[in-house]
Amino acid sequence: MKNRIIYFFLVIFLIFVFVIFYRGLSNSNLYTPNTDIKSIPEFTSETFFQKKTLNSKDIFNNNKFYLLNIWASWCVPCRNEHSLLINLSKSEKIEIIGLNYKDNFNNAKKFINELGNPYSIILIDRDGTKAIEWGAFGIPETFLIYENKIIKRYIGPLNLKLVDEIKNYIK
Amino acid sequence: MKLLNFFIFILIIFSFNLVKGDEINLQNKITKNLRCLICQGQSVYDSDSEFAISLKLVVKNKIDEGFSEDQIYKFLSKKYGEWILYDPQFNKNTYFLWFLPLLIFLFGGAIILKKLINIKK
Repeated sequence: MKNRIIYFFLVIFLIFVFVIFYRGLSNSNLYTPNTDIKSIPEFTSETFFQKKTLNSKDIFNNNKFYLLNIWASWCVPCRNEHSLLINLSKSEKIEIIGLNYKDNFNNAKKFINELGNPYSIILIDRDGTKAIEWGAFGIPETFLIYENKIIKRYIGPLNLKLVDEIKNYIK
Repeated sequence: MKLLNFFIFILIIFSFNLVKGDEINLQNKITKNLRCLICQGQSVYDSDSEFAISLKLVVKNKIDEGFSEDQIYKFLSKKYGEWILYDPQFNKNTYFLWFLPLLIFLFGGAIILKKLINIKK
């Protein structure tokens, strides 16, 4: 009798373990932080072309939508999403701000000359510390901002579906 | 006298070294407790990914600005979530985690106690 109970519990335990691990197989191993930063971080940064220092307060202060896009010339997915950004920049309701992440100035300039410039302002993040203020951990990463609040965050490159989503927001 | 001055000079140099050393120790201690989010299984201290290099710099800057260890953890977990800490803070989401070993210990103790009582009988 006792043996049977032990056997029964053992089988249940094994099934339990199997189910847990089996479910674990389909989990994505890419961690996306579940953060609650709602307001934009405060930072100062140098601009790309004019080389003047700007405070974040002076950038996102108009009553319109902003898209902060973290990019670099060495980042291949950034190259793919660039045409989508150019497409978005044609809309007057949204302003796209670039944050050039750990990049070489000449390479970044070549990238912009080659593919076009969707950004109204490009900020420079030479050592990656400003991206961390935003809670970013890889590039490309895009933040949709309205009234000094982050309303949506896109980790990884944008695609047509996400661009449609953004267009829906700014309607 | 000259010799004394020389020794004092050397002493001062070494004491500066200690101050700097403390700072680096603290930085290492903090970065060892941070999970590198894009290279999981490694701490920020161990990793040389772009993210980890920047994060080390941020921690260093925060120490220079006078942030305490707890303040830095709080700052980073606000940005990246609790997951970035290897040593999770004590709050209502982690009660289970922290109390489970204690519960298992008590349970084990109870079993042993019961067996002992049975043997005595």
